[in-house]
Amino acid sequence: MPDQIVTFILQVLNGLKIGSVYALVALGYTMVYGIIKLINFAHGDFIMVGSYALLYTMPIMVSLGMPAWIAVVMAIAICVLVGITVEKVAYKPVRKKGTNMSALITAIAMSLFLENLAQTIFGAAPKPVGTIFTFPDMIIGKVKVNGNTILTIIIGVSVMIALQFFVRKTRLGKSMRAVSEDGQAAILMGINKNRTITMTFAIGSGLAAVASLMYCASYPQATPTIGAMLGLKAFVAAVLGGIGSIPGAMLGGIVIGLVESLSKAYIGDLTGGVITSAFSDAIVFGILIVVLLVKPSGILGKNIGEKV
Amino acid sequence: MLRVEGLNVFYGAIHALHDISLTVNDGEVVSLIGANGAGKTTTLHTITHLKEAQSGIIEYNGKDLRKAKDNTIISMGMAHVPEGRHVFRDMTVQENLEMGAFILNDKAVIRKNMDMVFEYFPRLLERRRQSAGTLSGGEQQMLATGRALMSNPKIVLMDEPSMGLSPLLVKEIFKIIKTLHANGITVLLVEQNAKMALSIADRAYVLETGSISMSGKASDLLKDENVKKAYLGA
Repeated sequence: MPDQIVTFILQVLNGLKIGSVYALVALGYTMVYGIIKLINFAHGDFIMVGSYALLYTMPIMVSLGMPAWIAVVMAIAICVLVGITVEKVAYKPVRKKGTNMSALITAIAMSLFLENLAQTIFGAAPKPVGTIFTFPDMIIGKVKVNGNTILTIIIGVSVMIALQFFVRKTRLGKSMRAVSEDGQAAILMGINKNRTITMTFAIGSGLAAVASLMYCASYPQATPTIGAMLGLKAFVAAVLGGIGSIPGAMLGGIVIGLVESLSKAYIGDLTGGVITSAFSDAIVFGILIVVLLVKPSGILGKNIGEKV
Repeated sequence: MLRVEGLNVFYGAIHALHDISLTVNDGEVVSLIGANGAGKTTTLHTITHLKEAQSGIIEYNGKDLRKAKDNTIISMGMAHVPEGRHVFRDMTVQENLEMGAFILNDKAVIRKNMDMVFEYFPRLLERRRQSAGTLSGGEQQMLATGRALMSNPKIVLMDEPSMGLSPLLVKEIFKIIKTLHANGITVLLVEQNAKMALSIADRAYVLETGSISMSGKASDLLKDENVKKAYLGA
């Protein structure tokens, strides 16, 4: 196999890896948007909460003689708790009294609050996150694949399949879709809207915790702003796929991951060095602009017709 | 069974309902007719707590509905088929019906009710795996009605079931209301199609800019000169 193809395969795998991280985070954006029509800008910071939770619970678990992966469960629990608290304390009162705009500003405020709170508690300097899992590298023919990359992709895909099953097949999952489609009709069916909103935040935050685990496996550093850029790109992924659409968020995440990875690898050669790999973020956000111009509802999003 | 007394509802500064009073007895079909914007839909929304009332009494089987939580109304046996149908468009026909039975836990009962709905509306059986958004207007109305029946309601509030439907489909929907009536289900029907609404109702109320202007036996209202002139186009 020629070396170029090997490189290409590795880049695709890298893209899938970071793409599945984006996808899990994008799911949080899209699910919350679907249900309360709010872009939860604090969602990216739930990843930060997750990474610090991993960082601090892991040594505790190990010292208690428990396996390190229990820290993952703890991190998910902590993220879920933070997510539900943010919704109850900050968003719910604003949703009742304010407008969509005030809710959006509250979300931005919560994001800044969480980042600054983390900086006060943990300091601004990056802290190393211990290794939770290592998966042996795999050699297939001439291709040597990083084991953690494979594991990250596997975790991401499994979580997405599980989520699809939940949303499509279970009573609670269907009730979530019902609230997201038509809140008023859902209430008439006896569905508790507030409880469904809480559940949505819980699931979204839990996914962010899993995403932080996957991200830290490759970039094992916790910083107060780790979630800012990651969250922004995942938001782009959610918009690209069609905000409000669950399969859209998955697709958008993977696409953004692949674009980022492949553009980093090839854009320099393709443009004869005019555009360097440093532009990969610009390309990602450029995609957002193009999507908003060409198909504002996103790849799998629906144009919301007039209500009759 | 349902008693509304002295109901006042506002949208901001607009006084939408003035001292509305009405009753619906067990087993009756009661129609609420009136022009566009008279407050018919607001009345239904206030009864099922989608809209908050300023003052007044809404009592259902002795329970104060104004104090009930919005999503618990259906558990009391009251189902609401909203105006414009409001089916879950991205969900299949079957999933829509499942949502109608959300408050029920017994799978056997849910299946039985679904069979009943399919008997009322064979078209829905044919299209059970189709997403609701792909159905025609008439089929969506059938689905919205069937969805309401999934919870074994004692009273069904129907808001403009004939809206946007062909005369043939309107007839079909009204036939279903008659069947429900025959099966002992109480119906509070809101309609702009006054002729149809009066012809199947036991009693009726006429709503005019937020107040009840007339009420009585539906057969009497059908003959009333004022009603004829204003609502029956005669």
